[in-house]
Amino acid sequence: MTSRQTAAEGSTQPPALTIDALGKKCPIPIIMLAEQINQVPRNGIVSVLADDPAAFTDIPAWCRLKSHHHVASYELPGGGWAIHVRRNY
Amino acid sequence: MAYFDAASTEPLHPQAREALIAALDVGWADPARLYGPARRARMLLEQARTEIAEALGARPDEVSFTASGTQAVHLGVLGTLHGRRRAGRRLVTSAVEHSSVLHAAGIHERDGGSVETIGVGRTGVVDLAAFGEAVLAGGTALACLQSANHEVGTVQPVAEAAALCAGAGVPLLVDAAQTAGRMPPPDGWSVLTASAHKWGGPAGVGVLVVRKGTRWRTPLPEDDRERRRVPGFENVPAIVAAAAALRAMAAESAQESARLSALVDRIRREVPRLVPDVEVIGDPVARAPHIVTFSCLYVEGEALLTELDKAGFAISSGSSCTASTLRPSHVLEAMGVLTHGNVRVSLPQGASGTDVDRFLAVLPDMVKRIREDAGVRT
Repeated sequence: MTSRQTAAEGSTQPPALTIDALGKKCPIPIIMLAEQINQVPRNGIVSVLADDPAAFTDIPAWCRLKSHHHVASYELPGGGWAIHVRRNY
Repeated sequence: MAYFDAASTEPLHPQAREALIAALDVGWADPARLYGPARRARMLLEQARTEIAEALGARPDEVSFTASGTQAVHLGVLGTLHGRRRAGRRLVTSAVEHSSVLHAAGIHERDGGSVETIGVGRTGVVDLAAFGEAVLAGGTALACLQSANHEVGTVQPVAEAAALCAGAGVPLLVDAAQTAGRMPPPDGWSVLTASAHKWGGPAGVGVLVVRKGTRWRTPLPEDDRERRRVPGFENVPAIVAAAAALRAMAAESAQESARLSALVDRIRREVPRLVPDVEVIGDPVARAPHIVTFSCLYVEGEALLTELDKAGFAISSGSSCTASTLRPSHVLEAMGVLTHGNVRVSLPQGASGTDVDRFLAVLPDMVKRIREDAGVRT
């Protein structure tokens, strides 16, 4: 089940890196995330901006498969989401 | 070409082909008329009805033939809601039903009815506790649950859902499109739908079964065909062929389903061993015998299908890039699994182990090449 988490969790920590994947179709946003997550320190947050509906499901699924943490997904005013991921290792 | 898309349509069974050709010659007349050729067509139609009813665990007078499985679902959902308007206007359905159920639910909602969609777990099984609670709510006119999912193969707990519905006095519609002829018919339903081309019959024949005592009223202009349930002239030759296919399929399925299920087990076991970063989807045990789905991380589904097609495999996908809507499959979304790089293998009767071996042999390099082309370092 997908859930649109609200700002309650994770809002305390600003992202250390923002990846702009707006306009890019899956799997490109996830490839960008996988390539760049190691640029933030452990426990740092990466924010992926994406508007392909597949990214909304696939980034949390990627986190589950790769043992990183999906913090929350925030709707963007212009469409799409800022999907926050915490680097776990 | 290795055909691995039986969940879309099963190739016409040889016995259905024979029956179709024979029935085109003798079953063309209007079965509603009284002269000789009409009586002959009527006899063929009723014989087919009896056979299909028996295979689905129904009585012949409960069975109507529609123009497709989709039409059977539309009429089943909307007709039961219409018949039970006095009970209320609530419809309960799982989030992973076939689009025909969800589209019928959409019409119901636009007409002022309400729809409660019950979520599923990671393997695609409906949340039974939530389903049970939803059918108990006042004003529930109908609940819908598929026998097995068309994209991931997961079998739904129909018997348990039926018991919950019976307790609440709510009819249950079971969409049995993926299991009719392949698995024993489900029990406890009030309305059952199926589609002949999924069991090796011709296209253009759906089945709508309304259990005796279930309130049902046509949502369409009334017509005197098919016990006033389905408008239009029956396609008698295709219905005769559908019955022949179901008879043949049911006779073969005890052995054949076990064989296909073992091939599916092999794919479920081998793909994650041969290809890195793959998620195999759906319930490994409680599943339809012929369907297996997996998603490959960092792979575009369309690119993979194109490569598979070039290598001689007819396979489908739930990835968004392969859908006309450019949205990922609602089934994969509801399960919260990876939607890109998705491949659904569904084995027709007689699918060969050699073809499955060849599939497993070509897949790893194909995935590797697509990932390399996309600049993925693995």
